[in-house]
Amino acid sequence: MSRLKHIFSRRRSLSIPYALFLALFVVMPLVLIMIYAFQGEDGSFSLSNFERFIEQREAANTFIYSIGIALITTLLCIAIGYPAAYILARKTTSTARVVVMLFILPMWINVLVRTLATVALFDFLRLPLGEGALIFGMVYNFLPFMIYPIYNVLQKMDHSLIEAAEDLGATPRQVFTKVVFPLSMPGVVSGVMMVFMPTISTFAIAELLTMNNIKLFGTTIQENINNGMWHYGAALSFIMLLIIGITQLLSDSKGSSTNDGGVL
Amino acid sequence: MKRIFTNGYLLLLLIMLYAPIIIIAIFSFTESPVLGNWTGFSTDLYANLFSGGVNNSLIDAIKNTFIIALTAATASTLLGTIAAIGINDLRYGKRRVMNFVNNIPILNPDIITGISLFLLFVSLGISQGYTTVILAHIAFCTPYVVLSVMPRLMQMNPNIYEAALDLGATPYQAIRRVILPEIRPGMISGFILAFTLSIDDFAVTIFTNGTDGLQTLSTYIYADARKGGLTPELRALSTIILVVVLLLLLIVNIRSRRQARRAEALSQSNNPRRR
Repeated sequence: MSRLKHIFSRRRSLSIPYALFLALFVVMPLVLIMIYAFQGEDGSFSLSNFERFIEQREAANTFIYSIGIALITTLLCIAIGYPAAYILARKTTSTARVVVMLFILPMWINVLVRTLATVALFDFLRLPLGEGALIFGMVYNFLPFMIYPIYNVLQKMDHSLIEAAEDLGATPRQVFTKVVFPLSMPGVVSGVMMVFMPTISTFAIAELLTMNNIKLFGTTIQENINNGMWHYGAALSFIMLLIIGITQLLSDSKGSSTNDGGVL
Repeated sequence: MKRIFTNGYLLLLLIMLYAPIIIIAIFSFTESPVLGNWTGFSTDLYANLFSGGVNNSLIDAIKNTFIIALTAATASTLLGTIAAIGINDLRYGKRRVMNFVNNIPILNPDIITGISLFLLFVSLGISQGYTTVILAHIAFCTPYVVLSVMPRLMQMNPNIYEAALDLGATPYQAIRRVILPEIRPGMISGFILAFTLSIDDFAVTIFTNGTDGLQTLSTYIYADARKGGLTPELRALSTIILVVVLLLLLIVNIRSRRQARRAEALSQSNNPRRR
């Protein structure tokens, strides 16, 4: 009895409820995706879902197309967001805080409402809906997620390093390419993580922005699950999990801490 | 010159970011059912929202959204705080495992979280509805609470807790009187984060809300948009949310500035005396 009391009185025991919770609601569901993915309709082990993915081409094509769109979106977010983060990091903290808040504020409006407003904006400017609108909408939605982590890293950067480079005769261009940019890589990496995968997996946004003409991978997965094709849907989800794992490993091996400033 | 250019760039970005929202705000003052059609100034949309002139399902969806968000945020703040205190005391190896698993829901796209939980509930034979949505929301919100409480715990001097125990406090008392006050700011920001994530969530909710017609604001808007339009009152609702959040942020900002100034003034008036 006293031993039991001892176990419960230790602080580390407080992590037990959450460990159980994580096992049930995080680990177990992912294991289920794997089990469903490697099961045929009759419940036995099979690779039929993956064969179908390769043979039928439809989902595979959507997958490749989505990766393309996600790449373009991510690159645009870096191209547009990096200068913004850089400018913000050089401002006084209080001004920067207000502007960063202004960048985050639109996030409080429901994603779908914002997307519908983007559609209205395109109608208003008499621009056609389609690929262009899709990319605009994606950049519009995910830009703050790129700016924020980069800003965080740039802001914490030791300014004396830049001065040292200048003292040693580096041109402003060299200071940026050899000192500032490499040091800000962790921010860029976590920005990429927060833009790239979500772009592939969004479903509703793509539907609304293209009048249902363009499908992204997320839509394909959702359609399969909704139509009761759980095994195939799980297999598609599993493919996406693999991609996440790979990008995660790649970003980790670069020696960056993705946690740094990753969370709003 | 350079300043004008850089400020202009930020301004341009903000205009781009706000253009759709401003359109919503402008068109919340006209009755037209189609967004982008101006049919004269009117505040009817706002009046409808408060007088119950909108269909019941929208009101239900708003209620559900808030109930789910409040419940999920409260539960995940409790669970996450307790967990963080425990994890912080774990040895290196176990702590790494817990942190790794804790990061999974954050890194996973919503749709994967949604589908995986859907499969879980189906496999366990739990019928989907309020409970499953709340459980799912707790599952993806708690990791954020852990992440916002953890830095506070790590900054804390571990000896304070030991000192409390030495002075005769029970572990429970020590946690309540010593640790909790220190980590409260982290808990509050964790709660706010969880609340917003829950309110804004769409992908997880749609896979776990079952077939009994449980709708939150997000799923309601989605169903609405697929039918070809947005309920006009939602424009008024979005505008109200935006203004409220803007005001809240302003208040928080002004308060923290005033506090900073007061702290500064205090330290200045105290220093000479101390010397």
